[in-house]
Amino acid sequence: MIPEIGHFAVILALCVAVAQAFFSLVGATRGHTNWMAVSRPSAYVLFLLTTFGFCCLVISFLTNDFSVLNVASNSNSQLPWPYRLAASWGSHEGSLLLWVLMLSGWMAAVARFSKGVPDDMLSLILGVMALVAIGFYSFLLLTSNPFDRLLPPAVDGRDLNPLLQDPGMVIHPPMLYMGYVGFSVVFAFAIAALISGRLDTTWARWSRPWTTIAWAFLTIGIALGSWWAYYELGWGGWWFWDPVENASFMPWLCGTALMHSLLVTEKRGSFKVWTVLLAIITFSLSLLGTFLVRSGVLTSVHAFATDPERGVFILGFLVFVVGASLILFAWRAPKVGLGGRFDLVSRESALLANNVLLVVAAASVLLGTLYPLFLDALGLGKISVGPPYFDAVFIPIMAPAMFLMGIGPISRWKKSSVPDLASKLKWAFVVSVVSALLLPFTMGTWNVLVSFGLLMALWIALAGIVNLWTRLKQMSRGEGNTVWNSLTSLPNSYYGMLCAHWGVAVFIVGVTLVNGYEIEKDVKMSVGNTVTIGSYTIRLDALKEMEGPNYTGVEGSMAILVDGEEVDRMFPQKRLYTVQQMAMTEAAIDTGFTRDLYISLGEPLSDGSWVVRVYLKPFVDWIWGGAFLMALGGILAVSDRRYRKASQMENGSEEVTTSS
Amino acid sequence: MKPRHKRLILVLVALALLGLGATFVLKAFRSNLVFFYTPTEVFAGHVPQGQAFRIGGMVLEDSLQRNEDGVTVRFAVTDTMENVPVQYTGILPDLFQEGKGVVAQGRMDKQGIFVADQVLAKHDENYMPPEAAEALERARKIKMEAE
Repeated sequence: MIPEIGHFAVILALCVAVAQAFFSLVGATRGHTNWMAVSRPSAYVLFLLTTFGFCCLVISFLTNDFSVLNVASNSNSQLPWPYRLAASWGSHEGSLLLWVLMLSGWMAAVARFSKGVPDDMLSLILGVMALVAIGFYSFLLLTSNPFDRLLPPAVDGRDLNPLLQDPGMVIHPPMLYMGYVGFSVVFAFAIAALISGRLDTTWARWSRPWTTIAWAFLTIGIALGSWWAYYELGWGGWWFWDPVENASFMPWLCGTALMHSLLVTEKRGSFKVWTVLLAIITFSLSLLGTFLVRSGVLTSVHAFATDPERGVFILGFLVFVVGASLILFAWRAPKVGLGGRFDLVSRESALLANNVLLVVAAASVLLGTLYPLFLDALGLGKISVGPPYFDAVFIPIMAPAMFLMGIGPISRWKKSSVPDLASKLKWAFVVSVVSALLLPFTMGTWNVLVSFGLLMALWIALAGIVNLWTRLKQMSRGEGNTVWNSLTSLPNSYYGMLCAHWGVAVFIVGVTLVNGYEIEKDVKMSVGNTVTIGSYTIRLDALKEMEGPNYTGVEGSMAILVDGEEVDRMFPQKRLYTVQQMAMTEAAIDTGFTRDLYISLGEPLSDGSWVVRVYLKPFVDWIWGGAFLMALGGILAVSDRRYRKASQMENGSEEVTTSS
Repeated sequence: MKPRHKRLILVLVALALLGLGATFVLKAFRSNLVFFYTPTEVFAGHVPQGQAFRIGGMVLEDSLQRNEDGVTVRFAVTDTMENVPVQYTGILPDLFQEGKGVVAQGRMDKQGIFVADQVLAKHDENYMPPEAAEALERARKIKMEAE
């Protein structure tokens, strides 16, 4: 009964979305106040219905209802309950239900937290989101119903793909989807602005927090995915330029550009057209990501089924959304108008350059991701574009952007002078160059790439410190402010910027040092053998059989020796998941601030020894630490008092204009 | 300089940079494309010399051998018509099995052995790497035409 109720709730949700789209859009364009009044409550109803439907699916999974096809294919009675929960969104169908749940959640949030936005604008925004919702609810119901029954019911389930049985995988999809789907909000804002022709600094102020928060979620989602790949796939890589990763990375790059472009639109009224276009592109790339991952055109854990019907549906929807938005853009954008002028050397210029670089980077990733798919689809042969291409292209494009990250925040709006910038930043520059040249010697061999990476990281970090220092000095020139007073009076959005930029610096340090100094050894080991890696000696003490809830396996017991003293023990495992008869490598990782020690069991050999993979990865955790700092920066920026105050002020002024 | 001239310079500089960027991206793209060949095509000598490419098919039954060092393996990839001997140093993916689909990336050496630096297997029980499936499909077609 429960799955049918859930199914029914989702059908009702689709009906609500249709009504909402109609009344909101027509009401807003015709000015029917009582039609527009529908949009807010219907967003809540949509969210409630979808949550209810989602809970029904979760209950089916938790209670092992194997008469539901989705549960029977992706769960098992032996599966521990947190993974049964995660299995609800581990399948194609379930993940789409999660997608629409997130979308309705964002719609409810927009309805709840946009007090300052005038009613007609809010109606347009929610109406556009409802249109997107109609597309996805129909996709879910027509091609991928998660509540389909299996008759006769299965005795037990086929189990969740063991790769996904992992704590990281429990939270990775929700985070990623929060980000992906979150960009639909700024997309809806952009479309609403195009329809109403109202695109001003207040519009930018309304859309900024939504963009930033979605971006923060996406950052965390991508970082979690990368971290999962690192410890779960058993070979210690953290980014493979896999199409699935690129699918989430392209919206991230464009979203990053969008955040910065919105900043200019809010502060200076410039870049309006560009901001709107970026909003459309960012969300289109989110949709493209969904298409790539969900249509089965890719080989990966993410491509659950090759079902052409689904691919065609998403592709059609994608073409419709992108096409319609771009037509609307071409038609209405000229009406939007230009913003304030700015000089060649100014913060606007720096941000513009940064935007162009980010978009070019996204385009080069798009080329490398889609070209092989096009060739394949057209039957022109199979090719692959591997990490060498992405590395060769991505680093040179991003390097100038990294350099500008130091200059942009410290330069003035409208017009800045080169000598002033130079005098402010000269110490940061000298110190970063000298340290970047010398630091590699302390870690071993000097290497030009390491030196360059460190230069970028130090430059960003030091320019941030100089920036903070200049701000404090300017403030203390006033009426004898203490440093503490100045520090606390700086807005959260400023700290958010610093934090996110430092996050980038931390991330670069991680990437640079891992690539420059990691040691990887694949060795044959029997009990009693040792292998030396860096300053560590690893001894295989024992191998023993083990048994988990839904797997059997072998666990190695490794002693970690430094100068002959045992400092730690590590237990890498090789598991065989019994239901799918699938082998899994469970790496043992000793995490440290400056290095990870990574051991995984490869294959057993006929003489009882094992091929063992031993890695020493310096500063690898800084990669995810940096990503976390970036996301934290986004959250700090959104928590700025200004947004709450501003929305109240807007409310006041709005009432004046409507009454007059 | 008038603001209009400044804007013009800005636009020209931006376009020049974009053009430079595009040239460079396309150049990197061309030199890093990895093409895919089936064992039959490899056998017929259609493959690039000294350049990396991918092969795909099934791991031939009973072809897996291990060198003394324990980490270098040899196996053959087949599309049911021809076999290509492959050598790989490192740990094979968890789902690598004889008789199952596999894709390898690497170069041909002088002895006609494909030296792989990457070996990919399928992600779950029922899924075949598309390249491997493609190789078997092409071989099947050739056989049918021959008959």
